[in-house]
Order: sequence, then structure tokens, then C-alpha cells
Amino acid sequence: MTRHSLVLAAQSNDPATRSRAIEAIAAAYWRPVYKYVRMKWNIAPEDAADFTQEFFSRLLEKEFLDSYESSKGRLRTFLRTCADRLFMNQARDSKRLKRGVGSTHLSLDFMEAEQELATELRSGSPEDSFDKEWVRSIFVLGLARLQASCESRGKLIHFELFERYDLEDDDPKPSYAQLATEFGLATTDVTNYLAFARREFRRCVLDQLREMTTSEEEFRREAQALLGVKVT
Amino acid sequence: MKSLSDRVVARLQADMQIPDLSGTRYNLLRYVACGGMGSVWLAEDTVLKRRVALKVLDLAGPADDLDVRLLSEARILASLEHPGMVPVHDAGTLADGRAFCCMKYVEGQTLAQHIATLNLPDRLRLLERIAEPLDFAHARGFIHRDLKPDNVMIGAFGEVLVMDWGLAKVGVTSLEAGETEIATAVQPTQNSLRVTGQGSVLGTRGYMSPEQARGDIEVDQRTDIFSLGAILTFMLTGSAPGELPAASGSVPRPLRAICEKAMAADPNARYQSARGMTADITHYLNGEPVSAYPEGLLERSGRVFTRHRTAVVLVAVYLTMRVLFILFGRR
Repeated sequence: MTRHSLVLAAQSNDPATRSRAIEAIAAAYWRPVYKYVRMKWNIAPEDAADFTQEFFSRLLEKEFLDSYESSKGRLRTFLRTCADRLFMNQARDSKRLKRGVGSTHLSLDFMEAEQELATELRSGSPEDSFDKEWVRSIFVLGLARLQASCESRGKLIHFELFERYDLEDDDPKPSYAQLATEFGLATTDVTNYLAFARREFRRCVLDQLREMTTSEEEFRREAQALLGVKVT
Repeated sequence: MKSLSDRVVARLQADMQIPDLSGTRYNLLRYVACGGMGSVWLAEDTVLKRRVALKVLDLAGPADDLDVRLLSEARILASLEHPGMVPVHDAGTLADGRAFCCMKYVEGQTLAQHIATLNLPDRLRLLERIAEPLDFAHARGFIHRDLKPDNVMIGAFGEVLVMDWGLAKVGVTSLEAGETEIATAVQPTQNSLRVTGQGSVLGTRGYMSPEQARGDIEVDQRTDIFSLGAILTFMLTGSAPGELPAASGSVPRPLRAICEKAMAADPNARYQSARGMTADITHYLNGEPVSAYPEGLLERSGRVFTRHRTAVVLVAVYLTMRVLFILFGRR
């Protein structure tokens, strides 16, 4: 897929193309949406799960994305506003949230998201939480890409080292010498393999982000938000 | 793929910003600061065994011409050797595709930090020193275009450095993306310098001239004169122009007039060179009339009295004694 294709594909008239694109967008946004509604409206986990399914079903039915114009704002902000609007409409109409109203039902692990919510620090606004979850989701998708890339290039050990050193919550972290012993490598290899994996991870994450944005300007702004650097 | 804890996400975020220095002669030491284009890191040059500053773009790629601008800055600094400009050692592209520029590592204070302890004459002398590298660059056809207090540093030994030439442009040659050469020799008589083919607005509000804010295709060194006037306003009032106009009440009128002339909306009404502006500052410091301020008879008398206080007092005493002698000496 080319860099602009994901959002454009989600606006396509071809149901199969649209479905694939919405699934990719959902992979990046379902956690932010689920945790956002849980935090903002304090609704029960099962209602938040139903709402999230409903939200992405409506995306698939072209209810929201057709009105999205990249020149007017970021996709991230647009989707969060859509979630707000959908919730307000449902509350206004006093309709019960129904599971799988739309034409699709995504396989999403709400149980895991709920466990994460229980262990995460609840600081900041729901909007901040949405943005934080978005960063986490993009990183998770980037990691999946990195793993696939390393596997296809016969460099799985690079990924395993990265996973062991950078993705574990260990405190203190193992030293490079310990990793060298653990993986049967020279310490210099550990240094080089980790440098490779980090470089590739950065590339994978930015590639993932490129697909999720519709213009170079949006990409750069989102990349700076993702990297946590000042946007000018 | 399992989910990531907040701590791991923060670590990955930090990791992603770290420049990949593999294949270079530099060892990363620590993060220094971030700016509009990217971040600055302290590194060790492993060959020459010295500390250097690495300016690295946040993202790879030519969008917004940032990599061209960084390279342009490096080349401008390399071609301008002046004690008021930071020497550049190297430039290129890292393994992760990001452009970088290696410069002398300067430890010191920003202008805002430094002037807090200075009296008025010292602030004015400092402005004269800020104008020196600017005048030097203008004479060689370069304009800075982003002069502001954040881009002036005072080194540990009092050296004054004008930083961040990332928006600078050169004389008649426009630095479009892909161009690889910079004209280092520009005729000093060249009054109008091409800035950018796109006419895009680059700079910092409050310190940017009106013509630059409009995105005019043609701006010249007088856009820097405007910024220099804005810096002088900041040094005199502690605020950027327009932020706190009431604070200008305590500024001596001749200095206010210098600021106003430097920041005139019409470039033709400004000082035509940094040297012209600093000449007025020097006149003020010496108690001489400044070209920007037509003073009245009373003000002129006051200034002459202040400047030649001893002589005036001696003459007054002499005249008083003469009068007294004439009046009472005949009795």
C-alpha cells in the first residue's frame, strides 16, 4: 500500500478494500477508543466494548470517514471527536448500546485492555489518555512489523535481543555482557544487533505512521507527537 | 504481540529520538536541547578526542527542505569564519537517514539569562557585539532571518555567538532543494537578496520583519536589522516587541527612537546596515546625538551638560565668581 492509501482505502466504495483498511485503522485505534470512553464517561467495561465495536462498524459503513478531510485536522483528533459525537447521540436518543450493530464484528481483546487499565496510572485527561494509547498502539504495530521484517531477513535473534533488552520491564536491565552470555554472542555483536533493531524499529514505526496519515504535513506533525518532541 | 507498559513506551519514545551514530566517528554523550528542526546532542569526536555538538533532524527525508536547510546552515557557517559564529566541523546523513551537522560545543548562557545581571551601558555594548557577526555576514551576502534572543549565546569567557543559521539565505543564489553549491562571494553593493522561490514564511513572530512575515520573495539584510531592533527592545524592556508596550516608558527616548527606526515597517526607513545601527548606539553611549532622534534645545543642553559636566561646572563657577567680583569687588 502506498503512503496515503489506508485512509483513502477506508473511504473506498469497494467493500473488501474498505473492510481491510478499517481493520488496519481499528488495530491502531481500538485501544485508544475503548480506554477513552471508559475514562471519559466512566461506563462499564461491557458497554465500552460494545461502543467500540459499534464505532468501528459505523466507520466501515462510511458513516464517519467520508466527512474526513486531512486538510482540516489530524485523523487522530477526528476519530476522537467522532467517538464523542457517537456517544452523545446515543445518550441523547437513550438507545442502549448494542453489540455488533454494523456489518462487521472485529476480534478485539477487550479483556487485555481492561487489565491494562487496571494497572496503568490514571493521570491526565481522557484526551491525554487517548493520545497515549495511540502512541502505544502505533508502537505495538511497529513491533509486529519489526518482528516480521527480522524473520524474513533471517535476523530473528536481533528482534529477540531487542525484545529482551528494550521491551522487558526489568529493573535493572541486563548488561550487554549478560545478554551476550545468554544468547551465546560476543558483546560487540549484542551492541551491533541492538543498534540494528532500534534503527529498524524506528523505520517500522514511522512506516506504520505514514500509512495512517494522509499528507506529509500530517505525518510530520504526528511523528513529532509520537516522538514526544516539540512541534513548531 | 503483547502490550507495552507505560515505562516501556516512554523508553521506546526516548530511544527513537537517539541518533544512530553507527559508522560515524562520534560517541553519543547526552541530550542537550531540542529546537524547531531537531535536537542537539553532546558527543565525543573519537578521532580528535574533543567534545562536539551534533544537531540532528527529528525525521529523515526532504519534507519542508529541512535537510537542505541543515546542510545550508553548515555550509554557511563553514564559509563564514568569525569569532561571533559557531565553527562547523562536519555535516552529513546518519545511518537512520537523518541529516546532521557537527559543530563546536558551546557552553554558556542565552541572551535572556545573561542580561539579567547587566546594567544599561553593558547591555548596549553587548548589542554592539551581537551586531558584529551580523554585519560580517551581511557584507558577504548572507542574511540570518531568524535572529532572536534564543539564538544568541554568551560563552563562558564572555564571547558572543549568533547561533542557528538554519533559515539563513545567501545573496543572489537561492538555495532550492537539490542545489549543492553556495555562492560565497556576493557583491557588497547587492542590495536585494533573493530569499526563497516559494515565498514561504519562516522566522519567529515578534522578531520577524513585516516583509518576511508576509512571505515576500525578496527580502534583504534589512530584515535582520528589524530583528536586531526587536532584540534591542527585548534587552531594554525584558519583553519581546508588542508583548509589553508599557515597559518601554522607562527607556531613554534616544534608545526608543533607535528601536523604532530599526523596526520601521518600511525597510527604507530603517538603518541600512547593522553598523549604522551600532554607530547610533555608540553615539548614545558617548553622550553624542543619535541620528534616529532629533533632540530639542533643552534636551541637547541637558545632554551636553551630562557629557561635559566637569567643564560646564568649572565654567559656571568661573562665571559666577566673575559676576561676584564685578558686583562686590569695586567696593
